[in-house]
Amino acid sequence: MNKSIVIVLISCCLFLKVNAQIDPSLLKIQPKDTVKNALNMDAVYNRPFIGVNKMPVSLGGYVEANWQHLGTDGVSDGHQFQFRRLTLFVASTIGKRIKFLSEIEFEPAEKEIGIEFAAVDVEFHPLLNLRGGMILNPIGAFNQNHDGPKWEFTDRPISATQMLPATWSNVGFGLYGKTYSKNWMFGYEFYLSSGFDNSIIDNNENKTFLPAAKQNSARFEETASGTPLFTGKIAARNNKIGEIGLSYMGGIYNKWQDDGIVIDDKRRLDVFAVDFNTTIPKANTYITAEWAWVNVQVPSTYTQQYGNKQQGGFIDIVQPIIKRTILGWKDAVINIALRAEYVDWNVGKFNVTLTNIGEDIWSIMPALSFRPTSQTVFRLNYKYQQQKDILGNPPSKTGGFSFGISTYF
Amino acid sequence: MKTKFLIVLYIIFAVALSQSCSKFEPVAPDEGEILDGPVEGLSFDQNRQFLAGDVAFNDEIFTSQTGLGSVFVATSCGSCHAGDGKGTPFTTLTRFGQIDTTGNQFLHLGGPQLQNRALPGFTPEQLPQGATFSKFTPPANTGLGFLELVSDADILAMADPTDANGDGISGVPNYNYLPSFIQPFTSAIPQGGKYIHRFGKKASAYNLLHQTVNAYNQDIGITSTFNPKDVYSGNNIDPEISDQTIHNVVFYLQTLKVPIQRNSNDAEVIKGKNLFTQIQCSSCHTPMLKTGVSNIAPLSNKIFFPYTDLLLHDMGSGLDDGYTEGSAMTYEWRTPPLWGLGLSPKSQGGEYFLMHDGRAKSIEEAIQLHSGEALQSKNNFNQLSQENKNALIKFLKSL
Ligand code: HEC
Ligand code: HEC
Repeated sequence: MNKSIVIVLISCCLFLKVNAQIDPSLLKIQPKDTVKNALNMDAVYNRPFIGVNKMPVSLGGYVEANWQHLGTDGVSDGHQFQFRRLTLFVASTIGKRIKFLSEIEFEPAEKEIGIEFAAVDVEFHPLLNLRGGMILNPIGAFNQNHDGPKWEFTDRPISATQMLPATWSNVGFGLYGKTYSKNWMFGYEFYLSSGFDNSIIDNNENKTFLPAAKQNSARFEETASGTPLFTGKIAARNNKIGEIGLSYMGGIYNKWQDDGIVIDDKRRLDVFAVDFNTTIPKANTYITAEWAWVNVQVPSTYTQQYGNKQQGGFIDIVQPIIKRTILGWKDAVINIALRAEYVDWNVGKFNVTLTNIGEDIWSIMPALSFRPTSQTVFRLNYKYQQQKDILGNPPSKTGGFSFGISTYF
Repeated sequence: MKTKFLIVLYIIFAVALSQSCSKFEPVAPDEGEILDGPVEGLSFDQNRQFLAGDVAFNDEIFTSQTGLGSVFVATSCGSCHAGDGKGTPFTTLTRFGQIDTTGNQFLHLGGPQLQNRALPGFTPEQLPQGATFSKFTPPANTGLGFLELVSDADILAMADPTDANGDGISGVPNYNYLPSFIQPFTSAIPQGGKYIHRFGKKASAYNLLHQTVNAYNQDIGITSTFNPKDVYSGNNIDPEISDQTIHNVVFYLQTLKVPIQRNSNDAEVIKGKNLFTQIQCSSCHTPMLKTGVSNIAPLSNKIFFPYTDLLLHDMGSGLDDGYTEGSAMTYEWRTPPLWGLGLSPKSQGGEYFLMHDGRAKSIEEAIQLHSGEALQSKNNFNQLSQENKNALIKFLKSL
């Protein structure tokens, strides 16, 4: 870990040094794809990059910081200032139809530097591209499209980060492609990658928790089950209707043999997700939603504390209310927005009582955001959420304000 | 101009907001509605130890990495004692293998407790052929520090083994030998080397240290220096939890506040309270007890209202599961404290699961299951007018 910190710091210094010698007028922001011909799968490249004249490398990144004041059942955490993350992108065109992009994330609170994405893409045909390296598994839409400045809320969706494990990246290889015709666009992606391990049903959260597998950085070297995790997604977009994506991720997750000796049964994990986004014409209301179902094989001799079914999702509705020059920013936008979300981490009934297993949460979050440019957002959120324990006892209630800034640079 | 105005308004709003944030946050439930929280009057360092114990009890989830199992019943104290309240059939545990005072005959087959769950790849225990068993639903954990400080002399004063007063109610303590890691209280009154035990459904745990060490070991499969025996292999292994953590948890249990009675001035509640004594419920569910001296000031020499005598009573054949512990008989159960009774559904998933195994789904049903020494009292209850019955139940729910 320490070694990687040093390497990253050195490369940052080099980058700064290079940067310092560059006349800023040489830097130009490369236009990103217009949303019209992009799918969620394009999100990794669909970001603002700064290119230096003729240099084959372009750079970018984003930062997220916020203040929050939340309380649960009358106990307030007081004022909290949080630096969520700083992410750097480096993209380069290596040769004809070969490109590389990496995304490195610093999360100071987690003392973590993570390579979220670092993959080489080779294009044989628009319908056939090969990608290999550290990839973002295309399950749902959020995992690939998680950049802070794209969202009107300081918190990432609960279902995407606390049920699905965004940001979930793995070492893997796969194929993807895209095709257009008139108003339609279709895309597909398939990957085989490293994956989960037994921690998803044996963790400090006391519930089936896919993100627990992220703690295990050994997965970048050794896949616990010795079998690949398959992730696949198909998406279709109609410029008038919107984009819909269907995705699946699954495989054997546990270490069932060690040194050639069988130590456990093989157990599977299967995840299905649907995502949708659209912009309602005229009103310009932007809607994005995602729902996922998780199935995990859990031995019947284990405890129902760890459930075998989960489901959850979110919907964001963003309504621009003012779009004009504000304080000299041309086309600045003020939005009102609302997120509603729900997760049930343990779908099913207790064997002993045949009553419903709790362990669920719902939350609503109205927001007011100000975008001086499309790449920078100031957002004020109010959150209200109710969470039930496994027994379904009266929920704990959390609420409060947060204010944050997130911007590409 | 308009935008400037808007921005100024926004800033004023933001500043005002940051000054009054807590007003927009969910309010605390009424103090009487929740069980957790420390007794009043702890010093700063005692509050810190309480918090450390709180974290260990409620938040420390054991995993295979930190010693869980390999066979176990649950993964943390808090999983069974949600919000420090009573548990449900899901968190109920099974004990087996002892039918009389000669001790447990099934220790070699995994007794006394059935670890009915196992880590993936391991096999949980099965009830051995021929073993009788009982199911125990978790009790609430509040006010236990007060119960721990009731002197043996006070407990003996409530006992009436020969029913000298002829009310049909006797009541005996559970006497047993102490495990080597337990220091007896200075006020202890032993008999032939055996000491009065008081915690648990059969009053088979001596004090909160005893209960805590056993819980880690038997419920979660966590060994300690106090009890280094691994439930799965039967071998002594390295401690999986520090002595300090155990002391913190014991301190937490000792200093959890007592449940606060609600509506105590309501006329119907007062009427119910009087009926409770009139129909002899209070002969076992002793309303008032007192603590002895303690070096935790808020616990020292205090009067409190738990509604228990900490004694064992013959409850009749209906509640006789054919399993027992210590010197208790299979038909004998320790009077459970009734404080916090009305809050039970808040930790039992909205329902009542009363009596030792949660078989009673309401307070009325619990009363109807009383028999043996409590037969007369139950009959008295059944002869009450509906109005009086309602008053009594209302009183019980206010506890
Ligand atoms: C599997 C569920 C379960 C777990 C886990 C569990 N308990 Fe318990 N607890 C019970 C049950 C059931 C009883 C009643 C046991 C008895 O009567 O002997 C009990 C009794 C107690 C009591 C005695 C209360 C009284 O009124 O006599 C205390 C104290 C206690 N537990 C503390 C703990 C601590 C500390 C832990 C964690 C180390 C823990 N428990 C873990 C189920 C559990
Ligand atoms: C002879 C002693 C005795 C008398 C008299 C008695 N009880 Fe009990 N009570 C007990 C015992 C012992 C238990 C626990 C039995 C068990 O766990 O199976 C108990 C359990 C209860 C419970 C369930 C508590 C729980 O936490 O599960 C309630 C409620 C209760 N009694 C109320 C009453 C009322 C009301 C009366 C008067 C009508 C009464 N009791 C009279 C000894 C007595």
